[in-house]
Order: sequence, then structure tokens, then C-alpha cells
Amino acid sequence: MTMAAMNDAMTSAPGKGRKLGRDLAGLAAILALAVLGYFLFPNNLALLTRITAIALLVLSLDLVTGYCGVATLGHAALFGSGAYAAGIAAVHFGITDPLLMLACGILGGSLAGLVCGVVILRAHGLPQLVLSIALIHLFHEFANKASSWTGGSDGLAGIAPDPLLGHFEFDLWGRTAYVFGIVLLAVVFTILRLIVRSPFGMLCRGIKEDPIRIRAMGASPKLALMKMYVISGAVAGTGGALNAISTQVVGLDSLSFTLSAESLVMLVLGGTGSLFGALTGTIVFMFFEDLVSAANPFHWLTMVGALLIAVVLFAPKGLYGTVAGLVSRWWGTFR
Amino acid sequence: MSAIFEVRNLKRSFGGLAVTNDISLAMAPGDRVALIGPNGAGKTTFVNLVTGNLAPDSGDVLIGGDSVTRIDAIGRVRRGLVRSFQVTRLFQEMTPAEHVALAVLQRDGRSGRLFGHFLAMPEVMAEVAELLGKLGLRELMHRRVSEIAYGQQRLLEIAVALALKPKVLLLDEPAAGVPQSDTGRIEQALADLPADLAVLMIEHDMDLVFRFARRVIVLAAGTIIFDGSPSEVTKNPRVREAYLGSYANAGHAA
Ligand SMILES: Nc1ncnc2c1ncn2[C@@H]1O[C@H](COP(=O)(O)OP(=O)(O)O)[C@@H](O)[C@H]1O
Ligand SMILES: [Mg+2]
Repeated sequence: MTMAAMNDAMTSAPGKGRKLGRDLAGLAAILALAVLGYFLFPNNLALLTRITAIALLVLSLDLVTGYCGVATLGHAALFGSGAYAAGIAAVHFGITDPLLMLACGILGGSLAGLVCGVVILRAHGLPQLVLSIALIHLFHEFANKASSWTGGSDGLAGIAPDPLLGHFEFDLWGRTAYVFGIVLLAVVFTILRLIVRSPFGMLCRGIKEDPIRIRAMGASPKLALMKMYVISGAVAGTGGALNAISTQVVGLDSLSFTLSAESLVMLVLGGTGSLFGALTGTIVFMFFEDLVSAANPFHWLTMVGALLIAVVLFAPKGLYGTVAGLVSRWWGTFR
Repeated sequence: MSAIFEVRNLKRSFGGLAVTNDISLAMAPGDRVALIGPNGAGKTTFVNLVTGNLAPDSGDVLIGGDSVTRIDAIGRVRRGLVRSFQVTRLFQEMTPAEHVALAVLQRDGRSGRLFGHFLAMPEVMAEVAELLGKLGLRELMHRRVSEIAYGQQRLLEIAVALALKPKVLLLDEPAAGVPQSDTGRIEQALADLPADLAVLMIEHDMDLVFRFARRVIVLAAGTIIFDGSPSEVTKNPRVREAYLGSYANAGHAA
């Protein structure tokens, strides 16, 4: 291997610089949207924070579904476990420092990821989907029955987080929670961009397409998927903890089939296998839900259904995937 | 020399049909073996059995003297038994560079790394570029597999196997679907393999077989009917009868 050949191989690689550019652009977009949201909806920061927490759940789902091809309708188990872990730490163990609560949420989510991974990865396709549905119902029922810990159907109340970093109170307007959430989202997004592009991310893309080929290369698809499930649990747990800290309650709905199914809808809406797609889907769905359910509470699910059918039929790559495809083609012809 | 790879009394049948019927063979480091036989003789099934992609009814597989019969496909690869597929199995959305890089990283135990990108790993890229260069895929290394010709995909299939630096390499019809103009690249890549690697190649192109192999095994209806030197194979009456007659009569092998 000559040095010249090396250089040639490196320079003909599809823009490393461009990838870094997209990372920064993505980060800038998140922050710009966050600032925009802050000024457009100063009285609705709670909704924006909720969107941020759900965005973490959908990103987490994208890791296993979009990048690894795992079919699941039970992903809220990871989110809810994170939320309950953070909440229980605060209520029953007096761990009220928000960063420590966050750590508990991440741990709880990762553990739930491990458990769900062990069960769900035993099957493929439709049986896998059925297992995931069974799991979320089990998690839900378990939380319901363990009411001395979780508050049962009344929810876990009385979560009173300390000021963030000892300085920033979680105020009535939800400013601190909002900024906290956006920072978490930005950090998670950056880490995930690194992971999906790493050797491990490449391995997972290979597994999604042909696990037998991966085995013939000497790698274990099962092990890799387990690892991704734990990472996914950490991300969902971050979202759950954010939700517990910002709303100061944890309800059974955070551990529900409905939330699981909705997060899958959001992911498909935005586009699977892309972090930007996950974010787009969450934002569009949540705003759509907020707008339409306010205007017409009875028909809002019908509208969401219609939107979803339209996207699946006419933009199968999701909103983000389709727009990105159009833009890059446009860019290609006009350059 | 002791065997690096050995198969003892391997048997497998599908619904009463003995597709692999008591096969035994051993290979030493440096062996260059061609496994030939008519379509449906059980060649691919044999590869599936020894690599652990398919479970045998009975028999043993040994790598470096250790039985791997109870070890799964992944474990066998890690012990140095690597195969290529007769029908290309590649990742359509990934590039040749990504394929080879993934194999190199996996071989070095780094495929689980959560940060960094292979394009920024000079030692990985050096290997990727060299291997793909050897197989004439350098210009295409950053194209998606779905965009490159089938013949080139066949070459990539071989590149992935070679990137794993096996001790025993099983190639299932590597030249099938590769245009005549490109089979030279396969031959060159095979000629450049480490001398102590044991290679078993299933191939229909007899020119390739006779140039490559120092030993030919003929499989017919699940059993080995010949195991010997290339010069003997065309003279063997059983082989002529089963399969090779046309070639021998045409004086193809000389
Ligand atoms: N999974 C299977 N189930 C049933 N029959 C099979 C299976 N795999 C292979 N066979 C049969 O075994 C025989 C040998 O096939 P194969 O090993 O692919 O032959 P070759 O590679 O020599 O052309 C064929 O008759 C084929 O139909
Ligand atoms: Mg075959």
C-alpha cells in the first residue's frame, strides 16, 4: 500500500467534512427551533418540554427499529421505567438532585432495555411484535399493582426536584425544565450521531439487512442488538427522567401501549433510520395533536390516521426522508 | 503435516435423501483443493454443514485438531473457518469500502466500537484500499452495492472473506457470474493468498480448477467418488461416468 494510494482512497471518500457539517447543522437546527419555540409559545413551555421528552423516546425507538430492524410496539416500557426510576428515587429515597434523578432514569431505562431486549430478541417479525405488546402490558400491570411504590393508577406524585446545579429552580413557567430538556436532547443527539456512524452503527445496519452474513463474518447479531437495546434504554430513560422532573408526576400512561404505538407512528411519520426523521416526526405529530385535538377533540385521531395513511402511501420514507431526498435531487440538478 | 481442517463421517439427509452421505476429508495448511461435482451433488450443503449454517445428522468437524461440531457458525469463523456464498450475500445499502472495513474491524475485535469512523482510521483504510484494489474494486469503493454490477459484487463477496484473514477458506463457486474478463482478478487474489492458508474452492470452470488446485475432490450424490491429483481426475472412470466425461473427451484438461 503506497502513500499515494492511501491519499487517493481518503480523498475520494464521500465528504467527511460534509458529515461534520450536517452534525453541526442538526445541532444548530435543534437549538434554533428551541429558541423559536421559547419565543413563540412562552406560555406553553410545558408542552415543548413534553415534546422534547417524547423526542428522546422516538430517537430511542429509532435506534432499535430504524437502525436494527426490530419490530416493537412496546417501547414505552423503556421510557416509563426511566420515569418511574427517577420518580421513585425522589419520592422514596430522597434523591432529589435532578442530575442524580436523571442518572436513576438512565439506569432504569437501560435495565428495562436489557429485559425487553432479552425477551423481544428471541423472536422475529410478527411474533416479535406480539412479544413486545405482551411486554408493555406486563410492565403496565406491574406498575399498576406495585402501587405502594408507583402510586398505581393515581400516579406517582410528590416529586420535588432540587434546583438544577444548586442554582436554577424548576419554576412555575417551566423555563428551567425546558432549557434542561433542550440541553439533554442536544447532548443525546450528538452522541447518537457518533454512534450510528461508528463501527458499531455500521454493524447494526448490516444486521438489519442480513444477520446471516454478519454471522459469517464472525459477529454475533444477538449480542449487538442487546447492546443497542441497552443504549436505547438509556436514551428512553433520559426522556422518562426528563418527563418526571419537569411534570413532577409519573403516570401509568408513560408505561402504556398507547404511548408505544404513538411513538412508532411518530417515527414512521418522520422517517425511520434517520435521527432527523425521528425528531421531525415527533414535532409534527405532537403539534398536530395539540392543534387538532384542541379544535376538534372527537376527530383528532381520524385526522392523525389520515395523515399517517397519506405519508405511508405517498412518502414512504417519511416526511424528513422524502424532503431530504427531494432537496438532494434538486441540489444535484442545479449545481 | 497435521490437518488444519478435518471432517469425519459427515452425514445429512433431507426427507430421506442423503445429500451428504458419509463424507470424510482432511486439509493441511497450504492446501489448494477444488471440490467439483454435478449440480445437486451436495457441495453447498457440505459447506453449510462444516461452517455451522446447517446441523449435521452425525459426524464431526475439526479445526486445528479441535472439534467444533458443537460450536456455532460465529465461533467457527472466529477459529478461522471462513466461507463465501454461492449466491452473493451483501448489504445493498452499504459500500464496498464499508463491507471490507466492517470485516477488518470485526476480525480485530473492534466492530463494537461506539465512536470513530472507519474512513478516519488509516490502518483500516489501507487494508480496505489494498484488498479492493487487488480485486479491481477501488474505483467503486464508495458506491452503494446496489449500484454495482453483479460480477463486481461477486468479487466483493471474496474480498469480505479475505478481509477476515481465515486459516481455512471455503469458496462456493467464486467465479460464477463473474465475466470472463474478470476471473483473472480472482485467480490473482487467490495466488496472492498466504502460503499457509488452506483453501477449498467449489468451481465449475475447469480451466480455473486445473490452474488453481493441486488436489481435486469429486462429489456425486453426496459421496466422494474421487480424491486425488488433477492429472488423475480426468482419467478416473468413475468420475468420467458421473460427471467429467465431456471435459475429458474434449481433451480440455490435458
Ligand atoms: N434445506 C434443504 N432442504 C431440502 N433439500 C435441500 C436443502 N438444501 C439442499 N437440498 C437438496 O440437496 C441437494 C444438494 O444441494 P446443494 O448442496 O445445493 O448442491 P450443489 O451445491 O452441489 O449444487 C439438492 O438436491 C437440493 O435440492
Ligand atoms: Mg451449490
